[in-house]
Amino acid sequence: MALDDQKRAFKYVGTTPNRPDGVDKVTGKAQYGADITAPGMLMGAVLRSPHPHARIVSIDTSAAEAMPGVRAVVTGKDFPAVEDQGFADIGETCMARDKVLYDGHPVAAIAATTPAIAKAAIRAIKVEYAPLPHVTDVDEAMLPDAPVVLEGRALEHVPAGMSQNVTNTCEFGHGDLEAGFTKADLILERSFKVGAAHQGYIEPNACMASYAADGRADLYCCTQGHFFVRAVCSALMGMEASQLRVTASEIGGGFGGKTTVFVEPVALMLSKKSGRPVKLVMTRDEVFKATGPTVHASVDCKIGMTKDGRITAGDMTLRYSGGAWPSGTIEMGAQAGFAAYDMPAVRTLGWTALTNRPKEISYRAPGAPQAVYAVESLIDEMCQQLGLDPVETRLKNAARKGTLSSYGVTFDDIGMVATLEAAKAHPHWSAPLGPNQGRGIAAGFWFNFGGNTCVSLNINADGTASVTEGNPDIGGSRASISLMAAEELGIPYDNIRTIVADTASLGYNDNTDGSRVTFAVGLATIKAARAAIKVMCDRAAAMWGIDAEAVEWIDGAAVPAGPNAGKFPPMSLAEIAAMSFQTGGPIAGHHEVNVDGAGVSFGVHICDVEVDPETGHTLVTRYTVAQDAGKAVHPTYVEGQMQGGAVQGIGWALNEEYIYGRDGRLQNAGFLDYRIPVASDLPKIDTVILEIPNPGHPYGVRGVGETPIVPPLAAVTNAVSRAIGKRMYQVPMSPPRIMTTIKGK
Amino acid sequence: MRYMTAETAEAASSALAAEPGLARVLAGGTDLLVQLKAGMIRPDLVVDIKKIPGIREITAENGGWRIGAAVANAELKEHPGVKADWPGVVEGANLIGSTQVQGRCTMAGNLCNGSPAADAVPGLVAADASVTVVGPSGTRVVKVADIPAGPGRTTLAKGEIVTAIHLPAKAARSSDAYLRFIPRTEMDIAVAAAAVSLTLSEDGTITAARVALGAVAPKVVLADASTIIGTKLDDAALAALAKAAEAVCNPIDDKRGTIEFRTSTAGVLARRAAVIAYNRAKGVK
Repeated sequence: MALDDQKRAFKYVGTTPNRPDGVDKVTGKAQYGADITAPGMLMGAVLRSPHPHARIVSIDTSAAEAMPGVRAVVTGKDFPAVEDQGFADIGETCMARDKVLYDGHPVAAIAATTPAIAKAAIRAIKVEYAPLPHVTDVDEAMLPDAPVVLEGRALEHVPAGMSQNVTNTCEFGHGDLEAGFTKADLILERSFKVGAAHQGYIEPNACMASYAADGRADLYCCTQGHFFVRAVCSALMGMEASQLRVTASEIGGGFGGKTTVFVEPVALMLSKKSGRPVKLVMTRDEVFKATGPTVHASVDCKIGMTKDGRITAGDMTLRYSGGAWPSGTIEMGAQAGFAAYDMPAVRTLGWTALTNRPKEISYRAPGAPQAVYAVESLIDEMCQQLGLDPVETRLKNAARKGTLSSYGVTFDDIGMVATLEAAKAHPHWSAPLGPNQGRGIAAGFWFNFGGNTCVSLNINADGTASVTEGNPDIGGSRASISLMAAEELGIPYDNIRTIVADTASLGYNDNTDGSRVTFAVGLATIKAARAAIKVMCDRAAAMWGIDAEAVEWIDGAAVPAGPNAGKFPPMSLAEIAAMSFQTGGPIAGHHEVNVDGAGVSFGVHICDVEVDPETGHTLVTRYTVAQDAGKAVHPTYVEGQMQGGAVQGIGWALNEEYIYGRDGRLQNAGFLDYRIPVASDLPKIDTVILEIPNPGHPYGVRGVGETPIVPPLAAVTNAVSRAIGKRMYQVPMSPPRIMTTIKGK
Repeated sequence: MRYMTAETAEAASSALAAEPGLARVLAGGTDLLVQLKAGMIRPDLVVDIKKIPGIREITAENGGWRIGAAVANAELKEHPGVKADWPGVVEGANLIGSTQVQGRCTMAGNLCNGSPAADAVPGLVAADASVTVVGPSGTRVVKVADIPAGPGRTTLAKGEIVTAIHLPAKAARSSDAYLRFIPRTEMDIAVAAAAVSLTLSEDGTITAARVALGAVAPKVVLADASTIIGTKLDDAALAALAKAAEAVCNPIDDKRGTIEFRTSTAGVLARRAAVIAYNRAKGVK
C-alpha cells in the first residue's frame, strides 16, 4: 500500500458529521427487528425446557393444535437432518431434538393469530422429560466422572481417558520454558476464574419470516450478518440460499451476540407450516436463558520475572466452556493471552469442555478478556512484590515491530509502546489518590479481522453517490463508509448515501464482527470509488478527445494530467454524472474481495476505584483509555467504541455473570440481577486515540471495537486489589467476594 | 381478565372478596403491570383503587400525617411537611426503581407486595407507622410491622385492602434515616437495609429508638434498640447496635448475597443509619 496514501491530508476522513441513521433513531422511525410486520402475520411463541439436562420422552401438542387461532406447531422433528456439523449444532440450539441441554432450551413453538393465543397454546403442550445429571462449571465438567453433555464430540487430538465433555485442546508458544524460569528472580503461579457475561444488547432478538407456497422465503431480522443468517437458515430449512432473501433491520446492539441465529429458523418453519408470515420476538428472560453469553473460564497462569522487571517465561493453562456444544473460542484466548509482550519463552495450553449452558456466541474480542485478565493481574502482583512500576515494567517487555508474538506471528508496525507511553504521560497516571482508593493499569490486545466484502458504488445523475454495502451498521459504520467515499470521490459527505442491502442485492459479506467493517468495507468502498473514478476519467477523456491515461482525478473533478495532455478546465463529478446518459450510460464502481491485512490493535486502561472497606461496595472514580485506532475515520465513534468497551468490561469486572443454582437453572435471567452498569455507576471515560497507521489499509485504518473490552477485567482488579491491600483472583468482584478477601477467609 | 374501577374502598373490598379466582389491586401498578406483562401472574380481576376519594391525598392528622394508599412516592419527596418530619421514610420510598417508577409507585403497594427487600417498609416500621385496612368484616387499624407475613405474603385477609398509611406525630429532637446496600448506585434491590428512628433529650442522650432491618429475614425485623438508648451514640453504643442488628438477621444465601455478607452489612448499615438519624435529630446537617 502506498505510504503517501497514509500521510495524506484528509478533507472528510477525521471529521465528525452526524450519522445518517440518527434522525430516524431519535424520532422513533427506525425499524428494528420487532417493528417489521406483514399482512396476515401470525405471532410466534416458544416452549422452553425447565431442565438443564433431560431426555425428551414425548411431546404431546394435540391440545395446543386444537385451540382456535393456532395455525402451526413446530418441534425438532420438523427440521431435516443437516450434514454440516456447525450448522446442525446451531439448529439444535434453536430447537431441541432428543435431549434438552440447558435451562431454556426450546422444545416446541407455536404460531397463532394473537400473542395471547400463542402463549396459551404453549402452556397446553405436554412434554415428558427424563431428567439427567447436569454440570454447569467448566472445572467440574472436565472431571472424568462428570455427567456427559454430548457424546462423541471430542476432536481426534484430544488425549484419551478424559471426560467426553473435553472436546478440544490447543497449544501455542515458543522458546525454552525451563531455561526461562531458571533466569527468573521471582516466579508466581496463580489461578483465576471468570464468569460468563452476556452481551447485554438492549434490543431482544426478533425476526419476521414469510415462506411462500413456491418455496421462496423472505426473512427480516436484527442481526450482525444477514448473509450468514441466510447460509445457516437455508441449510436448516433444506432450501437453496438463492430462495431465501434476508434483510437486516436496524439493530439495537449486538456486541457479537447477534452473529448467529436463535429464533430465525423457528420462525421460518412456523411460516412454512402455517403458510402465513410469522413474527417471533424474544422476551428479556428468553434472551438471557437461550442466547449465547461468553465462555466462562478457569485459568492457571505462571510467570517468571527478573528483579528489574524483565519477563523470562510465561506458561498458562486455560479451560473454557462455551456451553453444551463444542466451541472454538479457546484458540483465540490461548493466542491472545501473552500477545502484548515480547516473551523469550512462552506457552499457552487451552482446553474446552461442554457444560449444560446455552451455546456461547461471540462477545467483543471473544476469548481474549479471560486470558489477558490472568496475565495482566499476575504482572501487577509481581510488580507489587518486586516494587516495580507497572507501566515501566510493561514498557520493558512490550511487543514491538519485529517481535515474534506468543501466537507465532511476527508483528509489523504496532502501537503497544505508544499506548503505554500515552498512559504514562496522561495526568490520570500521576494524580493523587484518596483513602480507600486504588489505581490499576492493564494492557490488552485484539487481532482484528478483514474477510469477505462486496461493495457497489453508484454515481447518480445529479452528482451524488450511493454506496451499497452488506454489513449491518452497529457502531456508526454508514457514517464512516460515507466519509471514506466522500474522501475518495472528492464530494461532500452529505452527497453520499450509504445503505445496507439485502442478501439478494449484493455478493456475500461476512458478519459485522472482528472489528472488520470500517477496515474491510471501508477498503472495498475506497476501491469501488476508485473504479467509478476510472470510469469518470474515461468519460472526461472521451469528451475532451484525449487519452484516458492523460486524465487524473483531483478534488472531485477530472483534470488533464500535465500540460501535454491538453488545456481543459476541470470537469466535476456532477458535470460528468449529468452527461453520463450521453457518454455511455450510468456510472458505477464495484469491489469484491476477501480482505487481508487487518492490523492488530493494543489498548492500555487506567482505572481508579474506591472500595468501602466495610461492605465491599466499589465505585469506579476515574477511568482512562489509550488505544491505537490506526486512522480514526470518525473520531467520535472511535471514542464511543473505546468508552463502550471499557464500560462493558467494568460491568463484567464488578457484577456481571451467569449465576447457576445447584438445580442447574439460571438464577438471574433479567437486568435486575444481571447487573450491567447504570450511568450513575460510571465516571466519564476519558480517551486518548493514537493513530498508528495500519499498513494494510489505504488510509491506515485499524479495527477499534473489540480491543477496549480486553484490559478492563485486570485494570479494575488491579485497582481493587491495591485499594484493599489484598489480591482478587475472580471476576466479577461482587461485594461479597471482596469482603471475603478483605476478611482473609 | 376483568378490570374495574372502584369508587369506594368498600366497593373495592366487596369485589375483591367476591372474586373466586385470582384478584389483584391496582394502585401505582409498578409491581402488578410488570408481573402481568412477564406472564408471572394471570389475574381474573384487577381492581383500580385510584378513584377512591382521598386515596391520593396527604393530610395532617393528630400531629402526624395520613398518606393515602395511592399517593405516589415522588409526591412524598415534594411534600415539605412529610419530608421534614420523616426524612428516612421519604428517602426509603424514593430509592425504589427509577425516577419514572417513583412517579407511580406507592408505599402501600410496596408494603402489600410482601417483598422482604421492600425499601419503603423498614422506615415505616422504625417510625412505628400504622395502616387503615378496609375489608369485608369492617375497618381496622394495624401496625405496619404486622402486615408482612413472609416473602410475597401478608396478613391481609381476602378482600382486605390498605387505604391509608398513618405516620405518627414527630417528637421534638427526633429524626430518622434509611440506608440500603446495593452493588450499583441505583435501579436495584436491597441486599440488606436498615432504618433507624430516634429521639434525643436536650443534652443529646437517646431516649427512644427503633431499628428496623430489611432484606435480612423473611420479613422486616426489629433489632434491639436498647443498645443505643441512654447513650450519646458513642463508639461502644454503635458497636453494640451493629451486634444487635446482626443478631436478628436470618437471611438467605442467594444470587444477591451470602448469609454472612447480608448479616455483616446489616450491622454496618444500622450503625451508619443511626449516625445519620442522630445528626438529623440534633439539627446537624
